[in-house]
Amino acid sequence: MADIDNSILAVRKLDVKFHTDDGQVHAVKGIDLDVRAGETVAIVGESGSGKSQTMMAIMGLLASNGRVSGTARYRDTELIGMPERRLNTIRGAKITMIFQEPMTSLDPLYKIGRQMAEPLMYHKGMSAREARPRVMELLKLVGIPDPERRINSYPHELSGGQRQRVMIAMALANDPDILIADEPTTALDVTIQAQILALLAELQQKLGMAIVFITHDLTIVRRFADRIYVMRRGEVVEDGATEELFVDPQHDYTKMLLAAEPTGTKLPPPPSAPVLLQGTDVQVSFKIGGGFLSGPPVLLQAVDRISVALRKGQTIGIVGESGSGKSTLGRALLRLLPSEGRIRFENRDLSKADREEMRPLRKELQLVFQDPFGSLSPRMTVGQVITEGLLVHEPSLSTKERDRRAIEALKEVGLDAASRNRYPHEFSGGQRQRVAIARAMILKPKVVVLDEPTSALDRSVQKQIVELLRKLQADHDLSYLFISHDLTVVRAMADYIIVMKQGKIVEEGQTADIFDNPRHSYTQTLMAAAVDTTKFRLAG
Amino acid sequence: MLLYVLRRFASAVPTLFVIVTIAFFMLRLAPGGPFDLERPIDPLIIENLKRAFNMDKPLPQQYMLYLWNLLHGDLGPSFTRRDFTVNDLFRFGLPVSVQIGGTAIAIALVFGTVLGSLAALRQNSWVDYSVVGVATFGITIPPFVVAPILSLIFGVYFGWLPAGGWGAPGSMVLPVATLALPQMAIVARLTRGATIEVLRSNHIRTARAYGLPSWVVLYVHTLRASILPVVSYLGPTAAALMTGSVVVETIFGIPGIGRYFVQGALGRDYTLVMGTVVVIAVFVVVFNLIVDILYAYLDPRVRYD
Repeated sequence: MADIDNSILAVRKLDVKFHTDDGQVHAVKGIDLDVRAGETVAIVGESGSGKSQTMMAIMGLLASNGRVSGTARYRDTELIGMPERRLNTIRGAKITMIFQEPMTSLDPLYKIGRQMAEPLMYHKGMSAREARPRVMELLKLVGIPDPERRINSYPHELSGGQRQRVMIAMALANDPDILIADEPTTALDVTIQAQILALLAELQQKLGMAIVFITHDLTIVRRFADRIYVMRRGEVVEDGATEELFVDPQHDYTKMLLAAEPTGTKLPPPPSAPVLLQGTDVQVSFKIGGGFLSGPPVLLQAVDRISVALRKGQTIGIVGESGSGKSTLGRALLRLLPSEGRIRFENRDLSKADREEMRPLRKELQLVFQDPFGSLSPRMTVGQVITEGLLVHEPSLSTKERDRRAIEALKEVGLDAASRNRYPHEFSGGQRQRVAIARAMILKPKVVVLDEPTSALDRSVQKQIVELLRKLQADHDLSYLFISHDLTVVRAMADYIIVMKQGKIVEEGQTADIFDNPRHSYTQTLMAAAVDTTKFRLAG
Repeated sequence: MLLYVLRRFASAVPTLFVIVTIAFFMLRLAPGGPFDLERPIDPLIIENLKRAFNMDKPLPQQYMLYLWNLLHGDLGPSFTRRDFTVNDLFRFGLPVSVQIGGTAIAIALVFGTVLGSLAALRQNSWVDYSVVGVATFGITIPPFVVAPILSLIFGVYFGWLPAGGWGAPGSMVLPVATLALPQMAIVARLTRGATIEVLRSNHIRTARAYGLPSWVVLYVHTLRASILPVVSYLGPTAAALMTGSVVVETIFGIPGIGRYFVQGALGRDYTLVMGTVVVIAVFVVVFNLIVDILYAYLDPRVRYD
């Protein structure tokens, strides 16, 4: 690749290796990369592609077992191998960075005003008092409401979106040349995500710094980036101007990423399909606080009088942002949480069933969780994990028969029969989610609650899981309650959608109706935010 | 916050009451009494003794009497050291124990956090291994081994410090060292573990990414978080150390109050044991309160009101 004119950050043959107990991990394999003044460059890749480590290496933030070689020139200064003391004059001043985890990237023990002042104090030699007007100005710039009060807030008193705004404000404090944004919106709700992207675009127009945007989601950078680097397994497989790359992708991997969005729709079940699971006026409330000498507890209404009817073969998508009560509703319908109101499964009233009565029904009502890392016991083999339910529900099965069922279930979710003797940590996120699905499927359930089953996965893996779930549904005539904040996935999975906000249903209807003609203002905001980031699709 | 402190003190009263009640009756359940001697003595003398100490009254009445006196700050006469009241014994002994225990805690805190932070910053280097090694040594070697060895080396062979006793200059050094060593070891390990964890956290990455000098990253952003587990550990430990150590007081011949618990319990000196229980309970309550207040100060996410 020829040198790009007026590049302010020129990375050549950058190589990052990590020495681990299991041998060497080659995270970045000699990549070249340029950032020009004032432009937006996106580095796109799935987890493990080395996109974050590239920037960490440039910033001198690699873990202690990381080794880096190659060069990274910022204007006329070589950053790689620079002593920490000198590097500290550049990072936080000329090059700044915001991170994926707004919840934990600020020090919980200090007020945000104090933390935002620090880059000014140590780069500009200001005192905390002198820095205060600038901090106030920055808070206003990033649109934090009521900055006079917020300057004295601790991070835990702010929402995720607000914390990310604070991070951005801190990054802008010293008028940087380059702002590195490492998945800045991934941990945020979709409406907040759109706001943060809009803010970054606006600030760039106003202040003119270059932005390096690291993301796994190719679609969200289309409007935003001037140029894109696509990374895979430590290498840049393709790079070019954004439009060219979207219209005429050269590399198969780029094409795959562009096509990785789950597509298709689900037809509603025939009207004659019987209602399997029905909740009427379901309510769940949590007590917060209260106790000896500290006054009465506050009652939080997590699910507020919600009625749902799930038919055989139907998929109901429950959509809402974090804290909307969608997961709580899913759990209440399976009687995993105490609730008020009536819940019927087939012809039985579950609302009054006790533990003993529920046990045989558990087999029919299964649940798959979001986190494929936390929901599988690390000390059991995959075979043990998926057959555990059989021990409870079909205790008469012989060991041989159980093993046969395990193989069958694994094959059904597209895993090798031999994988039943391995442990969860040996599998990737997508494979683990397949194991979690196999664990539910082995019991031959009728209703499965899928609680954000694809949210922790890369786009291309998401697509595979969505396809798997659809196939299983068709094969076994399953009914799904599909809980998700991701509208693209819900659109591909569900035939009926419930939109929740603050424990209430704000809108419900057939998927096509909701997407084409959202009536409630909240649904419209949600759609706009999602469409905003995924508006531009490949033509063909 | 003031309201919280008052509420905590208010809730300490029933706690102390329960402790006193349980201790009082458990003590009486133990066989034997304060006036049982090897040689049988005249029943009439026993009778008189019992009357003098109100032991002739029924147990519930004795209990009420004890509570009443306790409310007035009177811990009663000692049953076995008959020239002293329990209040006298504590008036002489408690300052000694507090002095030794307090110094030991201060030393353990300062050196423990410094060593622990150093080890964490140089993780897996020789500094780290030496600190962990010394810490393991300090935790595993019990004080009844350390005390005589120190006394022997520094008191007898070199003669630099008094081998025992109280009052002479330098007589505090060896007992304090004995008490401080294991605590310093534990504090060092706690600090090391917490610091390693904090150094890996995202907000430290942020601080480094913003080019803050390494001393700011360390003292401003790391230490405040990594000291938290040490603070919660030190509360009950300070209470335990300041109320005296049997082993250290016995070996170095120090007139603290640590001995009273064991001696009082063996001699069925009811009032002395009760007095020790009350003093320890008060210390524990007070230090736990101090820890909670300190915790809220260090970590703004903790709020009690």
